[in-house]
Amino acid sequence: MSDPSSINGGACVAMVGKDCVAIACDLRLGMQALTISNNFPKVFQYGDVFLGLTGLATDVNTVSDLFRYKTNMYRLREERPIAPRTMANLVSSSLYERRFGPYFVSPVVAGLDPKTSKPFICGFDSIGCIDFAKDFIVSGTASDQLFGICEGLWEADLEPDDLFETISQALLNAVDRDALSGWGAHVYIIEKDKVTKRLLKGRQD
Amino acid sequence: MPGFDFSNYNRNAALHAQGMPLPKATSTGTTIVGCIFDGGVVIAADTRATSGPIVADKNCEKLHYIAPQIWCAGAGTAADTEFTTALISSQLELHAMSTGRKPRVVTCMTMLKQHLFRYQGHIGAYLVVAGVDPTGTHLFTVHAHGSTDKLPYVTMGSGSLAAMSVFESKWKAELTQEEAVELASQAILAGIWNDLGSGSNVDVAVITPEKTTLKRNLIKPNEKVPKQQSYKFARGTTAVLNEKIIKKSEIGRYVSVQEVPLESDKMEVDS
Repeated sequence: MSDPSSINGGACVAMVGKDCVAIACDLRLGMQALTISNNFPKVFQYGDVFLGLTGLATDVNTVSDLFRYKTNMYRLREERPIAPRTMANLVSSSLYERRFGPYFVSPVVAGLDPKTSKPFICGFDSIGCIDFAKDFIVSGTASDQLFGICEGLWEADLEPDDLFETISQALLNAVDRDALSGWGAHVYIIEKDKVTKRLLKGRQD
Repeated sequence: MPGFDFSNYNRNAALHAQGMPLPKATSTGTTIVGCIFDGGVVIAADTRATSGPIVADKNCEKLHYIAPQIWCAGAGTAADTEFTTALISSQLELHAMSTGRKPRVVTCMTMLKQHLFRYQGHIGAYLVVAGVDPTGTHLFTVHAHGSTDKLPYVTMGSGSLAAMSVFESKWKAELTQEEAVELASQAILAGIWNDLGSGSNVDVAVITPEKTTLKRNLIKPNEKVPKQQSYKFARGTTAVLNEKIIKKSEIGRYVSVQEVPLESDKMEVDS
């Protein structure tokens, strides 16, 4: 059998724009080359914070449920929703706790700081090492393609509408060169007072 | 430390036995160095993090805070260097409070080596520990298996050979602070240029009895050339099938807004 993090396939990308952030994922769920579902979103919303999870689908489900539980408990204890930076440290320590038996996921966190409204994105490896980036974060089986395309397409201070086009084209074109990802995409554009969720038309092969 | 959770270990070991490779962790295939000078110590690091052949982070921080006058440079598995230094930093702070004394570098080094030795090298942290305490200026290296060294100049990581070549040809006793910073920077630059696992910028920390100065990105020899044209797409390029706008005011403060599943997905219940 092959690598656990490339059995089910999937891709996720987050980008920083001008007073906004974007996070997007593909919708495929497969078993090796056989596609099982074309409606398996990998971006989850916890209050104002967004978490993208790619990797082994069973762990994507387990980990997304685990963080729903943890963020809900946080909100009840603190009487406020979790901030993106706090979420990043929660994800990091939760993954490192399983240093010697990890979940096969590579998470991405995106959101706006609740106090300053500054964009925040970061990525993790499967054992919780945080990658703070001020431009973009990629993860999943199409990460090599996404790294290249984002390095070329991303530019600083994109307006929400321009950021949507850039992240969508980056993801769509990256997953077209990855057999294990694709089959449509979800894109979230997160601004101070609203979140726009769009379903993209993508290739179905 | 509360300890690790091994509940996925058996599953992953079974998968591994079927021939699955273990996931690649972010590694700081690194160049880190340390050098003692007259009146203090300097440590330096590059800022590249890699995942296999991919550059995962172009400007990461490899100089870790332990105590105000004790800092640590980390190579090896990135998550391990991050969490091991944070753990020892926390324990050392509590130790300092309970003893009412400033923490010592030897104490820090001993705690690190005992922690790493207990895990028999499975925690892949390779560290350069440096600091100034009431007993003087100290510089150590700590390996993942728990062995330690005490030397006037040290290098670690994949770029350690390149960096050591600079020290071996240029180091002399009784350096000034400026000379030590320059020498450490040159050693890191040797790693940045000649080791593929190292790259981007030079970070330096200078520790003297008076104060610690963290010079983040002291040298930036690899700045990205700005694009001469924009790749911005015309608005409306991407085909959208469905759009939903969620206003902040519509999100309940204490409830998560979720999409309700379709009627056909109704849960089966008795009666």
